[in-house]
Amino acid sequence: MITLSENTLQEIERAASKYVDRKSALMAALWAAQAEFGQLSPDVIEAVAEVIGVSSAHAQGLATYHSLYWKKPVGKYVVMLCTNIACTLMGAETLLEHLEKKLGIHEGETTPDGMFTLQEVECIGSCGNAPAMVINETFYYDLTAEKIDGILSGLR
Amino acid sequence: MGFMEKILLKNADVPDINDIDVYVAHGGYKSLDKAFQMGPAAVLEEVKRSGLRGRGGAWFPAGMKWQFCVEVNKFPKYLIANADEGEPATFKDRPFLEKDPHQLIEGMIVSAYAIGASKGYIYLRGEYPTGYKVLNAAIDQAYKKNMLGQHIKGADFSFDLAVHRGAGAYICGEASALIESLEGKRGQFRVRPPYMATHGAFGMPTVVNNVETLVNVSHIINGGADWWGSIGSKDSPGPKIFGISGHLQRPGLYELPMGVTLRELIYEYGGGIKDGRELKAVIPGGVSTAMLTPEHLDIKMDVKSLQAAGSAIGSGATTVMSEDACVVHMVWRAMAFFYHESCGRCTPCREGTDWMVKILARIENGAGRTEDLKILEDVCHTIHNNCFCPLGEGAVNPVLSSLKYFRQDFEEHIRTRGCPKGLRARARH
Repeated sequence: MITLSENTLQEIERAASKYVDRKSALMAALWAAQAEFGQLSPDVIEAVAEVIGVSSAHAQGLATYHSLYWKKPVGKYVVMLCTNIACTLMGAETLLEHLEKKLGIHEGETTPDGMFTLQEVECIGSCGNAPAMVINETFYYDLTAEKIDGILSGLR
Repeated sequence: MGFMEKILLKNADVPDINDIDVYVAHGGYKSLDKAFQMGPAAVLEEVKRSGLRGRGGAWFPAGMKWQFCVEVNKFPKYLIANADEGEPATFKDRPFLEKDPHQLIEGMIVSAYAIGASKGYIYLRGEYPTGYKVLNAAIDQAYKKNMLGQHIKGADFSFDLAVHRGAGAYICGEASALIESLEGKRGQFRVRPPYMATHGAFGMPTVVNNVETLVNVSHIINGGADWWGSIGSKDSPGPKIFGISGHLQRPGLYELPMGVTLRELIYEYGGGIKDGRELKAVIPGGVSTAMLTPEHLDIKMDVKSLQAAGSAIGSGATTVMSEDACVVHMVWRAMAFFYHESCGRCTPCREGTDWMVKILARIENGAGRTEDLKILEDVCHTIHNNCFCPLGEGAVNPVLSSLKYFRQDFEEHIRTRGCPKGLRARARH
């Protein structure tokens, strides 16, 4: 059984204090655990469920419902390219192919060196500067293939 | 129509406007003093009289929604800002979540005062990590300055506010699903009644308002309902942030009075179609609103006019497609989104969106059959009125509207066995 760090536990309790029912802090707790472990494996989810006081089935159900909780290991950088309407109109699908070629992986996969995970995402609210992507928590706008190459080599 | 003087985005580019001192120096939190002088009932009346309607997409009169909650004698009451901004092509709330957060907090305090709510949450979509940091920092500052907490500015009113961070689920933007998610459950709709005005968050009376709706409230109180209500269209007045995207010279956010025409939006503010191409189609209010054509350019962007045209203003997120776009491809991509986001509870939506993605993909990829268009229509009619929440209804709109206006494009794909623009529908997982 995995133990959550003191830091994560404190963050969970801080979140729980904001609600009349600590179950409400389950989402915040999953975020905190993901920040600590990099992903929400079944044993991490179980540990979170125990701290919050819900069944692990309930926590598992919540984790799998949301696209931003990683249920399997991800790379150091998670490249999330938006391919929703506005971004697709502005050429996102060509950029997705470019990224797949450049990283040598398919969408949804992680590079063997564990550096990059490539994910297609739904609208990230950057439609005025499409195509757009997010890497970890940084947004990149008005993308072109050349721009992407520059961004990726800056991260390597 | 020229550029109107900005009301909502006036300070969006002021450096450090996220700092409470800078915000106050620019006239921020003034509406609290006025509201506390007026009293909650008068604030409610003022908002009702202004004609403010919910800017998340449903356009329900905000004052009426509040009234339902005020009438319930059960405490505590909750006010929730819906910052889940997930309708594709919508990015209008981001300035208040990432740059000018105190404007939202101020609007929430005044609104909570009118409703009698003592607890508030900002339900923020997981995709906005910057907003999470900015809002939390702004809330901390507001507590320190006694704009939040006990006896705000010495008044007989207390209000606690916190941010609840989502994790990527479009459906959580639907008010009852949002509340389920706030309570730590999977965000799935609740069957009404009971309504949220009586049984909302934690079983208590609750109002859920869109961010932009709440932001307008302090301006209504500061400037008065008469002034605010005189802006834009009579049936749905006020300033509105239009997010325009797609094949435009100048996509972006524009604050304009309600009732601006699609033509003005696209050609005057958006600078016209990118690279001098011709306009093919326009989605006026987010992906779940019906597509329109160049014939509709003189339609006003307000609730009544777009409804009369068979579409909806939605979130005011207008996406433009030039002649370079393939309508079939865009409808397929929209359907892939709805399929991905369907919560799976209502069979017609869960199975219908899946079926439609498959049909649209095969049409786009050259394996379409003549009977496919009829099947698409049948599936749409099966979803319509047979699902509990608006997600399925939204999924139907792009299909039926494109089949109405661009049927020949679908037929050409089927006849010529593929996409004339050479596009393909990717396999998705």
